[in-house]
Amino acid sequence: MTPLSQSLWVLLLGSLLGLELIGKVPPTLHTPLMSGANAISGITVLASLTLIQQAGSNTALLVLGALSLGFALYNVIGGFLVTDRMLAMFRRKGDSR
Amino acid sequence: MTFSMDFLAGAIDLAAVLLLALGIKGLSRVRSARGANGLAALAMGLAVVGLLIEIHPDPIAWLWIAVGSASGGLAGLITARRVPMTAMPETVALFNGCGGMASLLVAVGVALFDAGDAGIVALVSIAVSVFVGAITFSGSIVAMAKLQGWLDTPGWTQSRLRHGVNISLAVLCLVAALLLPGDPGGLALWLLVAGASLLGIGVTLPIGGADMPVVISLLNSYSGVAAAAAGFVVGSQLLIVAGAMVGAAGLILTQVMCTAMNRSLVSVLFGGALGASGGSVGGGGSEAGYTRITSCSPEECAMALEQAERVVFVPGYGLAVAQAQHALRELAKLLESHGVEVSYAIHPVAGRMPGHMNVLLAEADVPYEQLLEMDLINPEFPRTDVVIVLGANDVVNPQAKNDPSSPLYGMPVLEVDQARQVFVVKRSLGAGYAGINNALFEMPQTAMVFGDAKAVLNGLLAELRAMGVGKVKVAA
Repeated sequence: MTPLSQSLWVLLLGSLLGLELIGKVPPTLHTPLMSGANAISGITVLASLTLIQQAGSNTALLVLGALSLGFALYNVIGGFLVTDRMLAMFRRKGDSR
Repeated sequence: MTFSMDFLAGAIDLAAVLLLALGIKGLSRVRSARGANGLAALAMGLAVVGLLIEIHPDPIAWLWIAVGSASGGLAGLITARRVPMTAMPETVALFNGCGGMASLLVAVGVALFDAGDAGIVALVSIAVSVFVGAITFSGSIVAMAKLQGWLDTPGWTQSRLRHGVNISLAVLCLVAALLLPGDPGGLALWLLVAGASLLGIGVTLPIGGADMPVVISLLNSYSGVAAAAAGFVVGSQLLIVAGAMVGAAGLILTQVMCTAMNRSLVSVLFGGALGASGGSVGGGGSEAGYTRITSCSPEECAMALEQAERVVFVPGYGLAVAQAQHALRELAKLLESHGVEVSYAIHPVAGRMPGHMNVLLAEADVPYEQLLEMDLINPEFPRTDVVIVLGANDVVNPQAKNDPSSPLYGMPVLEVDQARQVFVVKRSLGAGYAGINNALFEMPQTAMVFGDAKAVLNGLLAELRAMGVGKVKVAA
């Protein structure tokens, strides 16, 4: 299999998996789920890291890569923490505080 | 050595994909949600470690990685800690925009400096990544600004003109994207960046505040697509699969949210804001058109509460703005100690975003079991003595059921008009998001209590305490 067709398979299967993962979502969780999925979409940190590695000694590219890494990590770290803050609030009756 | 390291990196990648999938799945159930979020975070960490093992950054690269991570991570930490719960939707929009920006920057970087030996696939991926990344960024920032109230809906965006503008921009983007592979670092790239950014603004700007959550969810799906495209650009299959997963799951979530609001995605995206003055927040609307309004003081309201056996609170955006969730919880506790049965009616789109009210009330320690969703609470209203509507408007408008000419017609609403007595706490008679009058306010069993939700709730607390409510329990 060529790398391209392999990548296209990965794209296809990933999309199908994503479609199946979420079925019925209670409205309570719409906001946290959106926020969590948003944090995951910051996975583009991987692209930023690769870009920095490939930059060699090209300073402009290093700067772009670092900027991009900053934005992506802002998305990831902020996203997961904020989601956790929201979900931490769903306590059941009797849970102590 | 290299072989085993590659093998290790591959195994870590696989584990990361599996954990990500489990994380997304777990996030859609209340019980597992918090753990699932942690799982997804762990997966992300694994993916990064796997990649670092694979690429072996040299010292210079490490330096820049450290700079980027420290600044982005620290900023994310601070934002996540500081932001108030009421501002959650705009925060998600901001984070999302930054994710789009990251994909955009990667693609621009590769296009400018590293496209020499790039194949046609990588070049097409660059175009897609730039396009989607720029739309995600500018659209998310506009969404955030609108939710924050920094931006209004300009009049011209409600006319047909906007379709012309947006279609022209889309055509411009298409032409630029087609030209880009021929000249990766040239004019076409900048045309595409500019065109897509403007398109993101042009598409998001006309959309009314009530529909904003759907838009954010859709933009969230886009940022997944942008990540997948960036995966093609740098040749990372993990990135492709994760981006595709988030993109597809985001699309489903968008659909679920549309259904909850009884809106179709097409009408959200192309229908413009509901009503003429849509998008104006709190107090801006006209007071014309109301003829039979009864208003009352907190004292009268407190007397009704004191005698009630069953009380339902309907929290809305006004509650969130006034940060009144703690005062509400205190009032509910007081009433419960007096033997009153208290519950909260949660409309699927109460607040600024589906689930927003649940989050706010949970913050104030309201027991999860007392938050009743629309389908559960609606049959209960006829046997409810007092309903208190706190800064909610369109979600309790009976016209959505009775008046086919109303723009709200067909939207599922909380049927509070079935209750014996209704008090509406509101700052003014201003219209809600939909920009229309609410027939509920003029009904004979309804009385308006004008004022800021927090002030009114504290007033009610004081009145009830003055009546001796709650003291009986202490003595017993």
